[in-house]
Amino acid sequence: MDDAVNDKVLLSLDVNGSEHEVLVEPRRTLADVLRHDLELTGTHIACEHGVCGACTVLVDGAPVRSCLMFAAQAEGRGVRTVESLGRGDELSDLQRAFTEHHALQCGFCTPGFLMLAEGFLAARPDASRAEIREAVSSNLCRCTGYQTIVDAIEDCAARRRAAERTRSA
Amino acid sequence: MREPGFTADGTWVGASVKRKEDPRLLTGRARFVDDIHLPRMLHAQFVRSSVAAGEITSVDLSRVRDVPGVVAAFTAADLDLGDITAVLDRPRSEFVPTAMPVLARDRVRFVGEPIAIVLAEDAYAVEDGLEAAEVTYRAGTPVLSEEQALAPGAPLVHDEAADNVLLDVSMFATEGIDDIFADAPCVVSVRATTGRQNALPLETRGVVASWDARAGQLLVQTCTQVPHVVRTVLAGCLGRPENTVRVVVPDMGGGFGIKCVVGREEIAVAAASLRVGRPVKWIEDRKDALTASFLAREQRYQARAAFDEAGRILALDADVLCDMGAYSCYPFSAGIEPLMASAEMPGVYRVPAYRVRGRAITTNKAPTAPYRGVSRPQYVMVMERLFERAARELGLGPVEIRRRNLITTFPYTGVNGITYDPGSYLESLNLAERVLTEEGWYERQRELAGQGRFLGIGYSCFNERTGYGSDAFAKRRMAVVPGFDISEIRMDTSGTVVATTGTMSHGQSHETTMAQIVADRLGLDLDHVFIQQGDTDRVAYGWGTFASRSITIGGSAVGLAAGRLGDKLLHIGAHLLRTRPDNVELSGGRVRKCDDHTRSLSYVDIAEVAYLKAHLLPKDVDPGLTATASFDGIGDGTFSNASHGVVVELHAGTGQVEILRYACVEDCGVAINPQVVEGQARGGIAQGIAGALFEQVTYDEQGEPSAASFIDYKVPTACEIPDISIHHLETPSAFTGNGAKGVGEGGTIGAPAAVLNAVNDALRPTGVELDDTPITPERVLGALEVRWTTR
Repeated sequence: MDDAVNDKVLLSLDVNGSEHEVLVEPRRTLADVLRHDLELTGTHIACEHGVCGACTVLVDGAPVRSCLMFAAQAEGRGVRTVESLGRGDELSDLQRAFTEHHALQCGFCTPGFLMLAEGFLAARPDASRAEIREAVSSNLCRCTGYQTIVDAIEDCAARRRAAERTRSA
Repeated sequence: MREPGFTADGTWVGASVKRKEDPRLLTGRARFVDDIHLPRMLHAQFVRSSVAAGEITSVDLSRVRDVPGVVAAFTAADLDLGDITAVLDRPRSEFVPTAMPVLARDRVRFVGEPIAIVLAEDAYAVEDGLEAAEVTYRAGTPVLSEEQALAPGAPLVHDEAADNVLLDVSMFATEGIDDIFADAPCVVSVRATTGRQNALPLETRGVVASWDARAGQLLVQTCTQVPHVVRTVLAGCLGRPENTVRVVVPDMGGGFGIKCVVGREEIAVAAASLRVGRPVKWIEDRKDALTASFLAREQRYQARAAFDEAGRILALDADVLCDMGAYSCYPFSAGIEPLMASAEMPGVYRVPAYRVRGRAITTNKAPTAPYRGVSRPQYVMVMERLFERAARELGLGPVEIRRRNLITTFPYTGVNGITYDPGSYLESLNLAERVLTEEGWYERQRELAGQGRFLGIGYSCFNERTGYGSDAFAKRRMAVVPGFDISEIRMDTSGTVVATTGTMSHGQSHETTMAQIVADRLGLDLDHVFIQQGDTDRVAYGWGTFASRSITIGGSAVGLAAGRLGDKLLHIGAHLLRTRPDNVELSGGRVRKCDDHTRSLSYVDIAEVAYLKAHLLPKDVDPGLTATASFDGIGDGTFSNASHGVVVELHAGTGQVEILRYACVEDCGVAINPQVVEGQARGGIAQGIAGALFEQVTYDEQGEPSAASFIDYKVPTACEIPDISIHHLETPSAFTGNGAKGVGEGGTIGAPAAVLNAVNDALRPTGVELDDTPITPERVLGALEVRWTTR
């Protein structure tokens, strides 16, 4: 076992604005470190080969499959997970849109879609419904048929734009 | 969007209230099985068979045990567990019971079958351990198709099942049916096959087993739709009394049927945990979920139907063959698909004469389980094809021929002996047609035809039996008979109620919809009602969530229990208000006098007496505010129904089927929460489209499955699933507490038929008709090429 410990690497990770130190094997994925070392279990794993997107988190603001990234690769970068959305018991505007539009059923894929949408809307606040649909097609959902997920993101984007106009007016 | 809260009538039932489940799911605070971390917990995976059929000649785990981090590895001989055997109460000529060992002993029957369990300190080390396992086989010839299974002298998958047939039933056989076919002016036939599919919940299966020394119980936290059934089987396999096993279900990431049967891994993990005296977690990886879990839906129909000149069906004759794979699932057995199809195939139509033979064959492929819709997506597709074909022969419109045959007077007892309660079969079809007509799709079709483009319009019309009770399942002759559910309800001193249910929501929103039922019954705010599910220690027994039974049966039980609690509140309230028991009523969370509404007591006042001042209770009333009720399905259950209308365009260059419009007219009786109903319909339709156009598990000639990742198993994304409009009709059920009918499966049932009919409508100029799913681009291209080469 001593060898195994010696093989481990000490990583310093910035997750949701907090510094975390973890001693892990170099092969350990970011998804596993988030879920099982930091116990931020909101990020889910459903395929481990980068297709379904349930493990999507933001790395330096961009959506990333955390199952395809080693934790070591996240050093020096800012990681955001679903736990960073909202404040305490108060849901964020995106989370509220998801519940209002019934954009989740079992909820297993939901954190991935939320982080995908958070990253996408930050980069593309004016995206059309067709563009949102294309972005949503990055991830898999087996319950909803996707329509209400697209509805929720579109609605959230529209409200953000309206709020932006009010601010600048 | 609807405003959340009360309906205009002032009830919770019927309102699209926001889900109680959502806050935790949206914030990452839900607790799925893989989110559970216990002290000293080990991680398990399985050594699985690399051959589809054969004898195990040796299993050497010695090198596994040497891998750093590996703690233990066990074979079937090490754990010595009882088998899992599903039984139907039928003669051997109709059904052959076959045992599914928890770990393969001497024989393997499919690629991926578990042979040994490996435990390690972490999830990475256990994978290292698997690689060091050495298993040798004397490989046999795998049986992989109907032709191979039924060939004379075929190798046997199970020695006890001669001819590889697990179920063979012939039913109904109306007298004189052969003469009807001989004399009929129009006889059409369809041969259809449907692809083997994976139900594919995004959360794979998983278990955490641990020993609770204080309770003297094995605690099994597992993502199952049927916690009590798992407990019964665990106790049996482990040889323990059932009270020493507790099954708790965490939040669940979908199931769709694949989790309503008992998994052998659930038993093996529990046994391994007991053996090493440490908690053990198993999380199925996607490869195992796709290849070694439970699959469904591989069926072949040979059907013919006789019609008179006016297009009225005279007789139906069907041969149904279902490839159930290597094992019979518990508790339903390999009979689940053929028995469903055989009993229910006439569906929404007045079929005067019927004969069916249903068979289940066993093959060297991963076993199957009920998957959302269970055979109904297939037999509805076949029925709808028969009507479409007859319409062409007789020169009738496809909608018109359906109109002439739909059941329109209720209750209606069919040739299959089933009594159908009232529905809106004709009304739903008419509305679906009207929606597409008024939107101008028929004009559009004519326009595009002139440009050489292939637009097609298709419909499906179907019902779905929901709320099967004990009598209905007993008719299927299951040896263990599901049907009822029990609910216990409790009010505390704050006036808040908690109701238990034996059903298990895994996306269906029961924490919200059942709470709506209770809130109405007691005049409570939704915030004061909580539903508890998924704990075998909280409900004496329950049958879980499958077959669209949860709201119809579980919801009715919850409603009855709430009603009984209401009676107790009234009884105590009348005593405390010093009035007659018939002069009090529940209103707005209070008990008040009927003849003087100013005299009332809040539930908190009554609860205080019931718990803290029990000396003030009437002499004949026990302290506390609890009540229990059970509900069982009535008669033949209650039938929800729907019609779907679909517009597709076939792309000549690629063979792609693009869905341009999808309309669903559904009738589930009283919709407890219309937004949830729409979600169930849309999600179901998406899965039906997946089966119609995309998904299929195939095997090579060695029995190796083709799809071991999402690269090869084509799950549709937001770009393939269209927006779907949902239109509601409401024919309340007389057989459930709230007039609700089940709604979980309908969408999936109607989609393949409607899509296939639309494709065939688009293919009219080619003269080709397709009957098989998935309708792949290759099949569409092949059909279109016929046109190019023949003109």
